[in-house]
Amino acid sequence: MSLAATKASFNRWWLPGCIALVVLMLMTGLPLIALVLSANDVSPLSILENAYFRRVIAFSFYQALLSALLSVGLAIPLALALSREQFFVGRQLLINLFSLSLVIPTLVAIFGIVAVFGRKGWINNATESLGIEPFSIYGLGGILLAHVFFNMPLAARVLLQALDNIPNEQWRLSTQLRMRSWAQLRFIEWPAMRSQLLGVFMLIFTLCFTSFTIVMTLGGGPRATTIEVAIYQALRFDFDLNAAVSLALVQLIFCSALLLISAFFKHDAPLGFAYKATEHLIRPASGYRWLNALLIIIAALFVLLPLLGLVISAINPSSIDVLTHSNTVRAIINTIVIALTASFLSVAMGIGLLISSRHIRIRFGKHKLGQWIQHAGNIILVMPPVVLGTGLFLLLRNVADVFSIALLLTIIINSLMALPFVLRILDGPLMQAGTHHDRLIQSLGITGWARWRLLDWPLVRKPLGFALGVSATLAAGDLSAIALFGSERALTLPLLLFQRVGTYRLYEAATTAGILLIVCLCLFLLLQALTSGTFLRNANAKA
Amino acid sequence: MITNFRHAASRVAFSLLGALSIVALPSYAAQTLTVYTYDSFTSEWGPGPVIKEAFEKECDCTLNFVAIDSSAGILNRVQLEGKSSKADVVLGLDYNLMAIAEDSGLLAESGTDMSAVKLPVDWDSKIFVPFDYGHFAFVYDTEQLETPPSSLEELVNAPDDLKIIIQDPRTSTPGLGLMLWVKAVYGDDAATAWKKLQPKILTVTTGWSEAYFSLFLNGEAPMVLSYDTSPGYHMAIDKTEQYQAAAFDEGHYLQIEVAALLKNSPNQELGKAFLQFLIGKEAQSALPLTNVMYPSTDIGDALPAEFEKLIKPSKSLLLDTEQVRDERKAWIDEWLESAN
Repeated sequence: MSLAATKASFNRWWLPGCIALVVLMLMTGLPLIALVLSANDVSPLSILENAYFRRVIAFSFYQALLSALLSVGLAIPLALALSREQFFVGRQLLINLFSLSLVIPTLVAIFGIVAVFGRKGWINNATESLGIEPFSIYGLGGILLAHVFFNMPLAARVLLQALDNIPNEQWRLSTQLRMRSWAQLRFIEWPAMRSQLLGVFMLIFTLCFTSFTIVMTLGGGPRATTIEVAIYQALRFDFDLNAAVSLALVQLIFCSALLLISAFFKHDAPLGFAYKATEHLIRPASGYRWLNALLIIIAALFVLLPLLGLVISAINPSSIDVLTHSNTVRAIINTIVIALTASFLSVAMGIGLLISSRHIRIRFGKHKLGQWIQHAGNIILVMPPVVLGTGLFLLLRNVADVFSIALLLTIIINSLMALPFVLRILDGPLMQAGTHHDRLIQSLGITGWARWRLLDWPLVRKPLGFALGVSATLAAGDLSAIALFGSERALTLPLLLFQRVGTYRLYEAATTAGILLIVCLCLFLLLQALTSGTFLRNANAKA
Repeated sequence: MITNFRHAASRVAFSLLGALSIVALPSYAAQTLTVYTYDSFTSEWGPGPVIKEAFEKECDCTLNFVAIDSSAGILNRVQLEGKSSKADVVLGLDYNLMAIAEDSGLLAESGTDMSAVKLPVDWDSKIFVPFDYGHFAFVYDTEQLETPPSSLEELVNAPDDLKIIIQDPRTSTPGLGLMLWVKAVYGDDAATAWKKLQPKILTVTTGWSEAYFSLFLNGEAPMVLSYDTSPGYHMAIDKTEQYQAAAFDEGHYLQIEVAALLKNSPNQELGKAFLQFLIGKEAQSALPLTNVMYPSTDIGDALPAEFEKLIKPSKSLLLDTEQVRDERKAWIDEWLESAN
């Protein structure tokens, strides 16, 4: 290899990042321009004069505030109970279950929630026989219930992690001082959790503020509508482009503000996928043991019952009809195509951004700059799916029939939705691969593809499979993009499930939810297996 | 020029072929007509299958129904699709939406001979073909509710534990109909009436079928917004008088369902043939028990006897379609604000 060639390939560190940035720009910048240009004709602030939209905006904040307060508020005693009971059968399993809500499709979980808490669900059947008025899941109550179902376990895991990080010395000291559980809470546990509270509160608030699927399915009509859903309705119900554009811009402003506030609190968006119990933790069981047990049992039931409800209701007399229905088959194929394409696109963009940002951070020592490049991948947090979808619609409506290219648009939006997760999963391993071997790499002059194959790949392989799996399940289960562009021509499992829930055909819906869950699990396991060593070895052995 | 010439040449060739094979014209063997309609129209028991079979026999073409999830959704859908829409014909809009649909500039004149049309109002639209009609009414379950309200006023002032299910005026023509019904009766006081009605609304659905089939017939509420004709189906097919329409003193708002041809459709002639077929005797006779509406032409004895037992509205209410076009937005905002 000539010196010039080495130099040239060495200089190409910027290429992957540039490609990723250009693709990102095309997929988000152009729709944003389309949005802003259309806003020339309307004044976005005029929607504030409309009493209904004012209420929608107020409701978006109100439900997000309540959801975040409830989730964090309930997570505190649960995390305490879990931390105080270090040894019981199934503890690790239960904690792992708490992260399932990140992977399980929202609609599937909603279905389980309806099976348990719905009008004809288990709880209402039980209370009705006692003569208590049935509880309606549609409206604010249902929205809060679902938001707590998804976010309370997340908050509990973050807080539990904080409790686990308390140094053993402190526990030793508390034993020596014969601290009661109340004193432990005040002097040891509370200070540990407090540092995480604001961060996790902001995270949940932001997630619930842009919540779409839950509000769409459990909102129960215009009574409980968020900005995100109102944009969808302006477009699909009213064909009111002005309202859609105005609301989208308002949403853009709110999301940017929320992100800025979150950045101020500097929480490390604690999505902690793999919780591992700290070894050799010496804290003894404490507090009222019966209360701990009660809290843990209630939390376990709260998370498990909907899953159980789903599995039980998925198998019913209409299952065979649903399975063999041509719509179901088409939807399964489309869902798999979307999931695989979106996840590969997302992971490709993620790796591109990370490789270039790694170079900037390690070789140039410009840590901040590198991180900013990486932050470009979080654009979907500022521009939520429905806002992006509205922009894409405006951009393309005069060029093409958006319903004919629905799958393509869904892939674009879903890949962007998965990107923040991909970045978070791959950032650590890639940086590690970089810092560990940097001297060696430089002295040997390994660059480009060789570097990736020899040094990065072995270290990144497993997290890469995980990133692919997470983004594929996210894309497979997403409703927001396909709700905008989907039709009988572009059916996916979430859309089919939404239609079947929407028309109250609950048996068919249950089976569809079961199928969606199986598809997600298969995709997740398949993508993990593809990148796992054993699979590759087997493939090589056969070849 | 060249294309014109080619076009002319192929025409000549075509008519020669036609003359040779002495086939009854028109024949559209290779053509497919795509009709956007609402979901209950295409369901197994709806008029869709009957009409498809009858029309395909006549035209020797393929009739393809595309089910949109609600009636007003059909208009939104063709507007969203714009000029690249695949639809040749839209079927299932109603009188109230006519001016709005006409303003979209997407629809063509039908050229249909409408001399047989017989409706509670005079018909002079050249674009829209009315294929059936009925009056909006609250249908109640006699086993859950013995004496229904006898007027809109009585319903508005009824105790709040009387639950009703209605549809969203943005997506469903019955929902829009009720909004206009309240407007026609209460005028500027409509918002106050909706505020009083609000606690009684169990839920607002996107389309008629989920309100009627999935919720009302499953016993979720004793009353649902539907049509004065709905009990006719239960009496004729289910042989039950359990479900009845409540006659209201103020009169009932009229729904006239219409179909129209799209300007950009490449199948203009076939589309026109379909519209004419829709108000022909065969299709019209199928409508009362499949779409459960009155036919828009006189079909004599073909009208099921059970339809004689239906309530006779004291008055047909109908607002001007241009007024609906101009005020709909404001009225919907008012509805969103006060009914929810």
